[in-house]
Amino acid sequence: MTIKGKAYIAGIFEHPTRHAPDKSTAQLHAEVAKGAIEDAGLSKDDVDGYFCAGDAPGGAWPMVDYLGLNTKKLRHVDSTETGGCSYIIHLGHAAEAIAAGKCSIALITLAGKPRTGAMPPRAAGAEADFETAYGATTHNAYGMCAMRHMHDYGTTSEQLAWIKVAASHHAQYNPHAMLKDVVTVEDVLNSPMISDPLHRMDCCVVSDGGGALIVTTPEIAKSLKKPLVKLIGHGEAMKGPRGGKDLDLTYSAGIWSGPRAFEEAGITPKDIKYASIYDSFTITVLMQLEDLGFCKKGEGGKFVADGNLISGVGKLPFNTDGGGLCSNHPVNRGGMTKILEAVRQLRGEAHPKVQVKNCDLAIAHGTGGLLGVRHAASTAILERV
Amino acid sequence: MSEAKKYPAPVTNPETAAFWEAAKQGKFMIKRCTACGEAHYFPRAICPFCYSDKTVWEESSGEGTIYTYSLMRKSPTGPYAIGYVTLKEGPSLQTNFVDCDLTTLKIGQKVKVVFKPTDGAPLPFFTPA
Repeated sequence: MTIKGKAYIAGIFEHPTRHAPDKSTAQLHAEVAKGAIEDAGLSKDDVDGYFCAGDAPGGAWPMVDYLGLNTKKLRHVDSTETGGCSYIIHLGHAAEAIAAGKCSIALITLAGKPRTGAMPPRAAGAEADFETAYGATTHNAYGMCAMRHMHDYGTTSEQLAWIKVAASHHAQYNPHAMLKDVVTVEDVLNSPMISDPLHRMDCCVVSDGGGALIVTTPEIAKSLKKPLVKLIGHGEAMKGPRGGKDLDLTYSAGIWSGPRAFEEAGITPKDIKYASIYDSFTITVLMQLEDLGFCKKGEGGKFVADGNLISGVGKLPFNTDGGGLCSNHPVNRGGMTKILEAVRQLRGEAHPKVQVKNCDLAIAHGTGGLLGVRHAASTAILERV
Repeated sequence: MSEAKKYPAPVTNPETAAFWEAAKQGKFMIKRCTACGEAHYFPRAICPFCYSDKTVWEESSGEGTIYTYSLMRKSPTGPYAIGYVTLKEGPSLQTNFVDCDLTTLKIGQKVKVVFKPTDGAPLPFFTPA
């Protein structure tokens, strides 16, 4: 059994807003849903599968009702919550449901307002009494990974900075990007230290906004007008300290989700023309590139240096929208925007200055939770038909 | 700095109550599985490695080394250093480093447990040995 080629991404929409004091979170979900449905050339009454995560106010049933989805037709829902990579997991689950005949037109939405509203609360885990007081945040949890990666492999702040430099080179062409200025390695190193060894410019932006996808059957996708993009491989995985045995913060669950996706797709990292890699922090990208097999473990620093991730310059163009480091990071969750830019690249709809030539194979990979504590990862491999 | 910091009291539950009772006596407890011999942290009733329910409380030496850390330069309660300590007994655990110059922490440095008060049971932290 495989989902290879059994589901196509027929509609995409990224909310242009980065600051939405005048909108509600549910409204942003509706705006991105409308955008993706219209991009596909469908109507909301065609949707028979709905996918959302912890950012959707109230969860699936209030959202299905608020969005006015056709409840006589809607026959599949999935509210898997795995933080920032939820939407990459949803993409895989939508493909599974489509392959099993459980739905034929799936809508996936993400939206929220971390800049201008409250973030949804997260339920406490069994570890709460033993960890909450120590104040793990995204910054210091990823800082702990970077610190150990530097210790074990000699990775440097200069190498991490190259990831931000590459993102900024791409963001200059994105009119919606929050940070459009091209920066240098020195700029990153001279930005204030936030949580050792991560500087401010090693960190992503905080933005309001959202995005949505329509996933459908090959037959329906072919009946629509958009360039055809199909899912050919998918993987998901989780990792945590697991009782504290053999703790190793230098790798992520991507070390398992990646190979699962590549195996299903029947390709290797060398075949990938464009990579969307979740960039909550520069270290997130470096670790994911290693875990996905773009380079050996410990050699990520060397791999990302000297512009290797810059479109038209390096070997692996990444996050050509500017990514979370420069463009946006709606609801502090980067998975959705990773899929959106990968689809733009495959459709040939990326900005001409960053469009990868003959882009036929792309990866969209994300993580959710805290790499330094416990997290999920998901990998999607997409092909232009 | 950390001296003035107010820490939340553990909620506790039937699975972990013995840990917090021991903490009140200044003892730092871990769990060990008598079936597979592995120690783990935080404490669970069922061994996360072999799924045996034959787990027993064991007092830890409270000694370990810093696996990694990160110094948060600013927060509403001032700078603080989060990290993981690998205990002599094996398990690694999340903690904060306290009662020291936070800018001199090093991976591999020897540390020992120290308890800080809350409105309930005290919480374990680590400081250079």
